[in-house]
Amino acid sequence: MNQFINKNLYGDYGDKEQATGASGTHNTANEWPLWEVFIRSKAGLDHKHAGSLHAADAKMAVENARDVYTRRMEGVSIWVVESKYVHASDPFEAASMYEPANDKVYRHPTFYNLPDELTHM
Amino acid sequence: MTVHSFQEHFDAKIDSEVMIEPRDWMPDDYRKTLIRQISQHAHSEIVGMLPEGNWITRAPSLRRKAVLLAKVQDEGGHGLYLYSAAETLGITRDEMYDQLHTGKAKYSSIFNYPTITWADMGAIGWLVDGAAIMNQVPLCRTSYGPYARAMVRVCKEESFHQRQGFEIMMTLANGTDIQKKMAQDALNRWWWPSIMMFGPNDADSPHTAQSMRWRIKRFTNDELRQKFIDVTVEQAKLIGLTVPDPDLKWNQERGHYDFGPINWDEFWNVVKGNGPCNKERLEARKNAWENGAWVRDAAMAYSEKRKARKENKETKAA
Ligand SMILES: [Fe+2]
Ligand SMILES: [Fe+2]
Repeated sequence: MNQFINKNLYGDYGDKEQATGASGTHNTANEWPLWEVFIRSKAGLDHKHAGSLHAADAKMAVENARDVYTRRMEGVSIWVVESKYVHASDPFEAASMYEPANDKVYRHPTFYNLPDELTHM
Repeated sequence: MTVHSFQEHFDAKIDSEVMIEPRDWMPDDYRKTLIRQISQHAHSEIVGMLPEGNWITRAPSLRRKAVLLAKVQDEGGHGLYLYSAAETLGITRDEMYDQLHTGKAKYSSIFNYPTITWADMGAIGWLVDGAAIMNQVPLCRTSYGPYARAMVRVCKEESFHQRQGFEIMMTLANGTDIQKKMAQDALNRWWWPSIMMFGPNDADSPHTAQSMRWRIKRFTNDELRQKFIDVTVEQAKLIGLTVPDPDLKWNQERGHYDFGPINWDEFWNVVKGNGPCNKERLEARKNAWENGAWVRDAAMAYSEKRKARKENKETKAA
């Protein structure tokens, strides 16, 4: 089955080692490492993935992230993480991975049939 | 799953407008087409900094200088968003630079024209960024997730580019006779190359049908070109400039402007490397890359040294 799946190219995030290991043709040895950038747009909100960039170290990654992703005050806080440290779920296993939630509609409030007269609930 | 069912699954996603993400299965040609398109797009943003960079030190006021600097910096940012989107498809940054520097990868031909007067800053913002926006807005819904997300970011930033350009043209057009002439001259030189930015006619664009099928492209070259001409001709009228096309005429029946023949020989000539500035642009990029090598190496060496020192400390402490 593996031969049909083009997994030798790394994804949005992480698994770069696996990527180069499998294909062997993509030499990134001379490049500054790849980092994923997460930005909190304002206090009270989560950090959200904004994109990626290359930098020699974490400090440079944060500075570059400021210049590349927050030129219009898009952020009040930046996280960077080297892409190779991000582990991602496998899209080819998505069906079984998320299957347990499929038959549990009772987790949603709309599952319960209550009288219209009932208020404040 | 077999290749066949992977393909079916992919087609079904495309048909139901579900975005394709980097780790999903995709046909090799889809991947290749995207790598080509996104990297060319990235190269265009980066090379596109050069003609305008030419005027930063000579902008006529501090305001214009600050604006131009911000615009050129944005274009650098656009290049970076796009390079990293292309990297999610498995090509490395260095490979893309190499393709640019060896001439294997193309960039938009428009940037091979020179910027000889200040009015060119107006014409570029208004026409070149204007044409780019026409092209790019539909790409915010392109089928490949990282490309679409990069384009959303790009499009948010582009509208100021076009507005500042139009403002320059408007100011010149309302100025002295010489200034008005300068604005008209810039329009005369940039009009046709801008029209060509949309690429060859649909009949001569063999990849269009497949790209539309994959929802990479949303409109054909000719559709976008017509749309651009229709809106831009009206904008030119507003500031009293004349579009340099004697055949330009409103066609009531079509509800569009008819326009004269495009000089495709010129277009292909510039694509093939014989435009006025092809050599200069490529040289500038190669020099920047080669002369920057020691900076990249030094930064990496410094980072490794600090890492080693930190590890040393930790083993001693333990
Ligand atoms: Fe741009
Ligand atoms: Fe722009």
